[in-house]
Amino acid sequence: MIVYLPIAEMTVNALLILGMGAAVGFLSGLFGVGGGFLMTPLLIFIGIPPAVAVGTQSNQLVAASVSGVLAHWRRGNVDVKMGVVMLAGSAIGTVGGVLLFGMLKRLGQIDLVINLCYVIFLGLISGLMLIESLGTLVRRRRHRGTREKLHHHNVLHGLPFKMRFPRSRLYVSALLPFGIGLLGGLLVAIMGIGGGFFLVPAMIYLLGMPATVVAGTSLFQIIFSTAIATFLHAYQNHTVDILLAILLLAGGVLGAQFGSRASGRLPGDQARLLLALLVAGVCLRLAFDLFTPPVDPYDVEILDPLVFVGT
Amino acid sequence: MGVCRHLIALIIGLALAGGLAPAQDLRAQPLVFDLSDHLIAITTAFTGTDVVAFGALDEAGDVVIVVMGPPRRMTVRRAAPIAGVWVNRDSLTFRDVPTFYGIATNRPIAEIASLPMLERHGIGLQNLQLLPVAGEEAEPDEIAAFRTALVAEMQGRGVYGADIGQVAFLGDRLFRTTIAFPATVPTGQYLVSAFVFRDGELITAQTSPLVVSKVGLGAEVFRFAQIHAAAYGAIAIVIAVVAGWVAGILFNR
Repeated sequence: MIVYLPIAEMTVNALLILGMGAAVGFLSGLFGVGGGFLMTPLLIFIGIPPAVAVGTQSNQLVAASVSGVLAHWRRGNVDVKMGVVMLAGSAIGTVGGVLLFGMLKRLGQIDLVINLCYVIFLGLISGLMLIESLGTLVRRRRHRGTREKLHHHNVLHGLPFKMRFPRSRLYVSALLPFGIGLLGGLLVAIMGIGGGFFLVPAMIYLLGMPATVVAGTSLFQIIFSTAIATFLHAYQNHTVDILLAILLLAGGVLGAQFGSRASGRLPGDQARLLLALLVAGVCLRLAFDLFTPPVDPYDVEILDPLVFVGT
Repeated sequence: MGVCRHLIALIIGLALAGGLAPAQDLRAQPLVFDLSDHLIAITTAFTGTDVVAFGALDEAGDVVIVVMGPPRRMTVRRAAPIAGVWVNRDSLTFRDVPTFYGIATNRPIAEIASLPMLERHGIGLQNLQLLPVAGEEAEPDEIAAFRTALVAEMQGRGVYGADIGQVAFLGDRLFRTTIAFPATVPTGQYLVSAFVFRDGELITAQTSPLVVSKVGLGAEVFRFAQIHAAAYGAIAIVIAVVAGWVAGILFNR
């Protein structure tokens, strides 16, 4: 089934796009991450222009997050107050990120920055998660029954503007979730991802949120940050392909349903270990590209905007 | 269907040019030249198309057909390793670069005209007038390297013909050639030119316009996204929210 994508200006096999959406959607529901960090490289790999991949991906993530959050919402696993504080930060981060995206694009360095961001963030996070989840598995084998302290006090707990988050049973500075949201928003705009792979670990390790509410709350927040990014990419760059997004989200929402059901059966430690391995794999693949001499060192960008010719 | 239409157009065109037109009119014009289509409509199922260029000469000669897509500024960037990481270092922006280029001749171009002659009229990929935009400075051999890379890249994308096409003669006065446009053909106003050479000298030339335009739902979506960008963005968000919501409700009963 061949379809023509009006904004990407190319023909693709609709079944391929649906399948990619379903596979990534499954992982998204399973781990509570948006799956953008897998989808954006996949789209670029099948020939979608990178700018269109980033813009369209943010649109698809809106649908995937809405559909994903419903299941968590019913179980009461969304901390709305925490989500709103994070959203305040991510709104600013997203707007700043889209401006930065435009600037880097003009300088011809956007591809490099996207790649570097992926390698650095994915590497850092997968490394931390691998150490943590392997450590937990090992500790549990050695001495079952012993418990660690519920949470550790560190310098982050000394920040001002303390706020109570009853759903997460936390009393922390509002600056912390605000800052996490800000960084998440930057990632949404520059990397075409929801930022779940960054938000989820940050919420677990930095905020100390209970694992049960982390996935739902990050999805809740991602709905809004990806919606802002979609609007800005459509408005400023004209790079949101609605048809491509619909195909991706048709596959994606299906996959996400099965994924979020499967997540109930997957123990948290194992889920985190699997996610860490997945993230590490994508990171190594991209790092490899960064250091490999390109087949053709030259690249051409057509500058002038398209003109309309009457029919 | 497309090929059939082209054939009919060709036959009618040749009949008009060669047979039906008054003899003295034909003799007065050294070249009669037209295209089977002046509009390429890119629909959602568009996978490329052929356009036939055809015409007649008043006496035997050589014919060169050149197709040029709408000109654009293009930036060529060159990557170089910095600490092992490949980074875009140098760049050069050219002006008035055709977004499409195709050429067809009735015999090897070197036999038709001398190199200076071809250069003077900008005929052939190597004679394209590709100049940096005002304000860009680079060594002549640097400019040449970037220009070569630009042409190679456009050939790789399938919008610059890698080979010279064949102009076929029926007798020694009627000619035709088929121009193939790939699925990725850029939109805009094209110019198709026919040059007539005799004994290495340019006798006459004629240019015919060709419009490549998107039509149908895809084109409407594209135009809407460009002109009403804010509304398009809002619609995209609404569609995504509704689709996600509906799917979530359907699958969670």
